[in-house]
Amino acid sequence: MKRTGAQIIWEVLTREGVEIVFGYPGGAILPTYDAMLDYPVRHVLTRHEQGAAHAADGYARASGKVGVAMATSGPGATNLVTGIATAMMDSSPIVCITGQVASGAIGSDAFQETDVTGITLPITKHNYLVTRTEDIGPTLREAFYIARSGRPGPVLVDIAKDAQQGTVDWEWDDTPVSLPGYRPDLRVLPDEIKRAVELINAAERPVILAGHGVIMSGAMSVLREFVEKTQIPVAVTLLGIGGFPASHPLNLGMMGMHGEAWVNTAIQEADLLLAFGMRFDDRVTGNLKTYAPYARKIHVDIDPSEINKNVRVDVGIVGDLRETLETLLPAVEAGDRKAWLEYIDELKGDSAVRDIQRLPDSGHLYTAHVINDLWHYTNGEALVVTDVGQHQMWEAQYYRHDKPRTLITSGGLGTMGFGLPAAIGAKFARPDAEVWAIVGDGGFQMTASELSTCAQEGIKINIAVINNNFLGMVRQWQEFFYKRRYAATPMHNPDFIKLAEAHGLTGLRCTSRGEIEKVVRQAQETEGTVLIEFQVEREDAVYPMVPAGADLHAMIRRPQPRAGTADDPA
Amino acid sequence: MAEKNVNEKQTFVVYVEDKPGVLNRVASLFRRRAFNIESLTVGHTERPGVSRMTIVVNADDMTARRIEANLYKLVNVLRVENVTHEPTVVRDLALVKVRVGSDTRAQVLQIADVFRARVVDFNNDSVIVEVTGTESKVESLIDVLRPYGIIEMVRTGIVAMGRGPDAPAISPEFVSARVPEEAVAR
Ligand SMILES: Cc1ncc(C[n+]2csc(CCOP(=O)(O)OP(=O)(O)O)c2C)c(N)n1
Ligand SMILES: [Mg+2]
Repeated sequence: MKRTGAQIIWEVLTREGVEIVFGYPGGAILPTYDAMLDYPVRHVLTRHEQGAAHAADGYARASGKVGVAMATSGPGATNLVTGIATAMMDSSPIVCITGQVASGAIGSDAFQETDVTGITLPITKHNYLVTRTEDIGPTLREAFYIARSGRPGPVLVDIAKDAQQGTVDWEWDDTPVSLPGYRPDLRVLPDEIKRAVELINAAERPVILAGHGVIMSGAMSVLREFVEKTQIPVAVTLLGIGGFPASHPLNLGMMGMHGEAWVNTAIQEADLLLAFGMRFDDRVTGNLKTYAPYARKIHVDIDPSEINKNVRVDVGIVGDLRETLETLLPAVEAGDRKAWLEYIDELKGDSAVRDIQRLPDSGHLYTAHVINDLWHYTNGEALVVTDVGQHQMWEAQYYRHDKPRTLITSGGLGTMGFGLPAAIGAKFARPDAEVWAIVGDGGFQMTASELSTCAQEGIKINIAVINNNFLGMVRQWQEFFYKRRYAATPMHNPDFIKLAEAHGLTGLRCTSRGEIEKVVRQAQETEGTVLIEFQVEREDAVYPMVPAGADLHAMIRRPQPRAGTADDPA
Repeated sequence: MAEKNVNEKQTFVVYVEDKPGVLNRVASLFRRRAFNIESLTVGHTERPGVSRMTIVVNADDMTARRIEANLYKLVNVLRVENVTHEPTVVRDLALVKVRVGSDTRAQVLQIADVFRARVVDFNNDSVIVEVTGTESKVESLIDVLRPYGIIEMVRTGIVAMGRGPDAPAISPEFVSARVPEEAVAR
């Protein structure tokens, strides 16, 4: 059938199962927007293309499907960049479609011409410039295939305006995409399995390091069986949260810079690390020279280039984590690691008491209180999307996630401004979920214009603005490492309640712990998006902390509080 | 981490799809992973649509494996062969324009002859010498010519090909590389 390039775009998108596109129109993508009206696709107009990319990313992370963002050429395309880089670092499958000036004008510095394939080359898994109508269909199919297969990631397709306007004969066909240069070898080799099993059976002090790969490969239940059979305790990365239930007795908690002290200590004293779908980021290893000095290491990752990148391993298994665990599970011996588990329990001591309810309510509001109570009042079942900063780390510490894809956060890039737009995307992926965006006063203001999107789309999310009137995480570094010289971190903020109200949304304020339940309940019961401003202690710090590059066991601990005072939020 | 200032040279033969921007992708990969390129050449192969690169990098064996694995992550890369430790024919070509006068011309021509280099341009004041060979042969010739006055010089960078009747399969069953722990000094 004769179709325009624009029609082919929507034809492929709908065939690929796309129901929603986040985007922003402009001249070079206008033919495609015009054709959109004839297809069963919902379009969400974000207020900035960065928001569109983050929303597509949030949608992808919440659903496991490919998220789609669309923008025009030039400034539209460059505005996507932060969102694409964020998706790249966290291996999130998104496809970005950008309009480009007409093919004949490419290279002439035409109005709104930008070399966006050049700009995004290092921050996409792959990208394409399409200048001919007949190439649109095959290219988009490849884009979806590349985005979601292997180690997922963002793919950008830049399509010249005349290619969108041209007409060709084109039919969808189901033949699997075959790319000569993209055929990852994911065979799990028996030899590697054998050596891994030997190490596992012999280990007395093993720790599993569970990362994002657990969630992306859908390995949750086989991981659980593996853990219960071998009795090996699990430490999670920030993006691994939810891959193994927080309430499981063998879940130790988060590792790394703001990980639990006993988790980092266990890693440092382990005789075997089983790294499952994680990449030994510097935020989880600290000083590599002193990292886990007694441990043999088994690394399972879908990306061969991750193995032996940061940490030299004894057994590297390239492959899908779920399949690998299914192969390992019957081969490993049931374990009894009582002594090791008891030792870790001792390490925990008092600090393992998460029940901060017992702390006196001194009138100060602490973020740890807010997160803990929010966890409580949402029955631990909310889909939480965070921004970046202190509140993000407190979320990771105090909200206990039992299910995968219930914490969405920018890990690798640490992108402020991610929270609100990603929460919008997540809400579209899981309309029935109770979605909470937990954002700092700083990061929120980077993409706060997306409040309009919430209002226009009539969606219901709850936004918890953790207002400490500071770029809190940076202030914390200044407190610890720069003699409390607070350069450019104090923030004079707008009236967040009025801001919400100006968008036709509900705004609530909470200044003490006693009010948390009331505002949370009120937000839950209110129709439409609700913003709650939590005015929290301004100069609180996230503990424990491993300073960047320090040994993993060299943690800064919270100074001992005077018993029962407000200095101790947890 | 990319090891810097490594004095080991690694030579890769890389087959890539002949598509716009592929050279850029490869170069960008080396730059952003901080791998040091010594030389890079690219040209057509016996197969339409497939180009062949010879890339020389300063890297140890461990880094070389990571380079290989990273190259395979590029969708347009079809095959990567590290030929550093294989029996290989390696060739570099240089054109060297040397100043000559009536007193030195004969000497320069004689030197060219000894190196089995060809004189491809000749006039009263200069000659252009074309030499092909291993890098070290090319470099020795340059060293010998330098005292006469090199006016300008250009080198292609090396191309490499494995000896024997076989060629690496351009379309292997799988397209990825594993970094074996044997490559890693513990
Ligand atoms: C786009 C961007 N710019 C700068 C930073 C550096 N940065 C990391 S955390 C942080 C402070 C965040 O402040 P806020 O959003 O108020 O959250 P808080 O730490 O106070 O909870 C900054 C500036 C960043 N991560 N992202
Ligand atoms: Mg703040």
